[in-house]
Amino acid sequence: MLRIGVFVCHCGSNIAATVDVKKVVEMALHEPGVVHAEDYQYMCSEAGQEKIRAAIQEKHLSGIVVCSCSPRMHENTFRNAAERAGLNPYMVEIANIREHCSWIHKDMEEATEKAVILMRAAVAKVNLNTPLQPGESRVTKRALVIGGGIAGIQTALDIADAGYPVDIVEKTPSIGGRMSQLDKTFPTLDCSACILTPKMVEANAHPNINIYTYSEVEKVSGFVGDFTVDIRKKARSVDMSKCTGCGVCQEKCPSKKTPSEFNRGLNNRSAIYTPFAQAIPNVPVIDREACIKFKTGKCGICSKVCQAGAIDYEQKDEIITEKYGAIVVATGFDMIKLDDYDEYAYSQSKDVITSLELERIMNAAGPTGGHLERLSDGKAPKEIVFIQCVGSRCADNRGKSYCSKICCMYTAKHAMLIRDKYPDVNVTVFYIDVRTPGKNFDEFYRRAVEEYGVNYIKGQVGKVIPQPDGKLLVQGADLLDNKQILKEADMVVLAAAIEPNPDVRKIATMLTASIDTNNFLTEAHAKLRPVESPTAGVFLSGVCQGPKDIPETVSQAGAAAVKAIGLLAKDKLLTNPCTAHSDELLCNGCSQCANVCPYGAITYEEKEVNDHGIREVRRIAVVNEALCQGCGACTVTCPSGAMDLKGFSNRQILAEVDAICR
Amino acid sequence: MSIEAREEFKPKIVAFCCNWCSYAGADLAGSSRLSYSADVKIIRVPCSCRVNPMFILRAFERGADGVIICGCHPGDCHYTSGNYYARRRMTLLFSMLDFIGVENGRTRVEWVSAAEGVKFSQTMHEFVDKITSLGKNVRLEDLRCRKS
Amino acid sequence: MTDKKKQAELIREISGVNPLKCMKCGKCSATCPSYNEMDIKPHQFVSYVINEDIESLVKSRSLWKCLSCFACVQRCPRDVKPGKLIDAARQIVERQRGGDYLSPDEIPELLDPEIPQQLLVSAFRRYRR
Repeated sequence: MLRIGVFVCHCGSNIAATVDVKKVVEMALHEPGVVHAEDYQYMCSEAGQEKIRAAIQEKHLSGIVVCSCSPRMHENTFRNAAERAGLNPYMVEIANIREHCSWIHKDMEEATEKAVILMRAAVAKVNLNTPLQPGESRVTKRALVIGGGIAGIQTALDIADAGYPVDIVEKTPSIGGRMSQLDKTFPTLDCSACILTPKMVEANAHPNINIYTYSEVEKVSGFVGDFTVDIRKKARSVDMSKCTGCGVCQEKCPSKKTPSEFNRGLNNRSAIYTPFAQAIPNVPVIDREACIKFKTGKCGICSKVCQAGAIDYEQKDEIITEKYGAIVVATGFDMIKLDDYDEYAYSQSKDVITSLELERIMNAAGPTGGHLERLSDGKAPKEIVFIQCVGSRCADNRGKSYCSKICCMYTAKHAMLIRDKYPDVNVTVFYIDVRTPGKNFDEFYRRAVEEYGVNYIKGQVGKVIPQPDGKLLVQGADLLDNKQILKEADMVVLAAAIEPNPDVRKIATMLTASIDTNNFLTEAHAKLRPVESPTAGVFLSGVCQGPKDIPETVSQAGAAAVKAIGLLAKDKLLTNPCTAHSDELLCNGCSQCANVCPYGAITYEEKEVNDHGIREVRRIAVVNEALCQGCGACTVTCPSGAMDLKGFSNRQILAEVDAICR
Repeated sequence: MSIEAREEFKPKIVAFCCNWCSYAGADLAGSSRLSYSADVKIIRVPCSCRVNPMFILRAFERGADGVIICGCHPGDCHYTSGNYYARRRMTLLFSMLDFIGVENGRTRVEWVSAAEGVKFSQTMHEFVDKITSLGKNVRLEDLRCRKS
Repeated sequence: MTDKKKQAELIREISGVNPLKCMKCGKCSATCPSYNEMDIKPHQFVSYVINEDIESLVKSRSLWKCLSCFACVQRCPRDVKPGKLIDAARQIVERQRGGDYLSPDEIPELLDPEIPQQLLVSAFRRYRR
């Protein structure tokens, strides 16, 4: 029988206000094996941990139960405390009496009763715990960054600067992401390309960075420190080693009717194209859907004009398999589709545009050469209306429930830039709330109002009605003046909500990383581990985790890089010792466990066993502890009950069941 | 069952929650202060596929009135495929429970992600209501285990 | 429960709307075709119910100026549906008055299968005044 100590935490008043901690201590002393029980205000504090250490040493405890918050929060804290006191860290069990008890129940008697039962279950389990030793696994000193936007580029640069090789996988033909589509950036109004392109060049030239553009992650296997990833390099139809980036092929290409993705479909591109002039790599791609050669077999002009002979119509998709120690997801975002917002006439009028489209129109390299003009007739607009929160903060199924966070600031930026460049243009912004927390952000918004005379109206727009003369009639509410406004505008700009790149769900599934209902990747802890996924070795960078502006994205990208570097800097990782193992006397070598193991961790050996004095050679299952992740699938499959999981053994779980049902 | 006993009926409910999704979902329900009945007691397992049918039978044998297994959403399993195994095993087990006289409604499998605190709390509400309406489970209880 | 509270509760019950979901964006007022006819504006319906001032709502001109076009119901981003609130207030008034103004036999001729059931009922409520 173990000598068990029970430690009950008050967590200030978080637990003690609804659970009678003294009662839990008293009840604990009646449990089998319990020789010590005490309560303290904050068990996780230095003083609390010291109490645990003292009790372990003075009372020669061989197992402890801490009744406190979720084990996802402080299990490691208490395991380390136990280890420092000379106890095996796996002789610690946590009874979760905060998240699963005190925080959700109001009645003291009821909550105390439940806390006692949870404590009993933990005591019953710890009675059957055995000391466990973690194994070791190696770390592949190479990182993978999925996504080549500013988040991915920054993460890759930071990891590469620390001396580790990094691969960036980017789906489109060039790195740069959303930021490359922007004209200016808030709150300083510096040009986006001027600050992004040097970073793109730096990433491209960095000896430790290898960029796979026009490529996608196809398959991921393995685990922290030792991932194996298949990357599909889509056929570019252009030999990257030969192409000089002269651009003649794009000029001569006769198929020029494909909407440009980079310019959000506002103008067309050729079938062989680089998305934008500063693309990295500066090597075009043939869009096989649009290419006349691929569609009809006749044409081949690009091949004829290419001096370098780089065009290769025969090129095939290539699968590259590489090993990585850490994976950073930086898949970014897109604007939501506005098909369901018919009231804003987005699909009815060319002069109703999204903010990202305005961004392209304002850009000197954009479809209008940087001139602010109506896309319908090319006339200069005199009256522009901005509509905020289109699809953000929606409780219905058309939009997103969250605030997209960046729209208030970029709308202030657009309004300011327009008023600055075209002082005769009136700018009206319909807003619900102006949300501008951040350094120099509110000052920026106030400048738009005070210095640039942008007209902010508190209220939403109900509908936009295209008029026969080409004008747009905007019907909105002014809630402060309590009146309805009818305004003729030449152009309407919609601040559409942003959403995670739809591909991220596929990637999350491959990485077994958790994802929420809005398709944002879940962090390991909302406050304390914001750049790590709950899946070890997977890190989150940028908007894939939640809406962010550029400064926040860059800081998070750096943070994700640091976490990845911290992992890559280790030579060996301690593995989870809660692995499966087979009882060689019970195993009959049927292979069922190997069939369900997702990690291929189970093999079979011919082994001599001593079965009650009878020595014979039998085929038995052997678990590779470095590969086993401890899911327990095999334990339930095993028909003879030979497989068990350390740390979550059959007997332990049954003991918990018994304790709860007692 | 007498009326008196019915009024006092507090079901014993065991919830097996996978460490990566549902247990975290339950934590989120807690930190969001989304209450549910104290009759639910959670056992942490690494994955829903760790739940052996034996555990469920044992729970009923020891007087549990309902057992719920929560795992990650299909496709989101931390161990790739564990929840699929769990789903198949539980479907089979539940069909047999029916056969030995334990009503279908006493067991349930639900997918709750780490971000679904609300769903966790709602699921527990529904399940407790269901079990309360079914009343005490007496069919499988081993009378030798019953407290006198 | 006070009388005021009871009435507000009744409105919530009849309409099936939780006015606390409102984020005060004003899209209802922005979208309302009879806005200028109203003394209490559509977005204010919500705060009147929250503040339990059903008395004013019931006495308002708006109660009978609402066309029941349900544009606000359709476009509300938060599912608050001010049109349903005002419809519930109308229902309370009608119930207090008692009596039917339309005999059931007259209804079939007025029916158009395209019209949503609820709009029809609320229009009857309005025009029988």
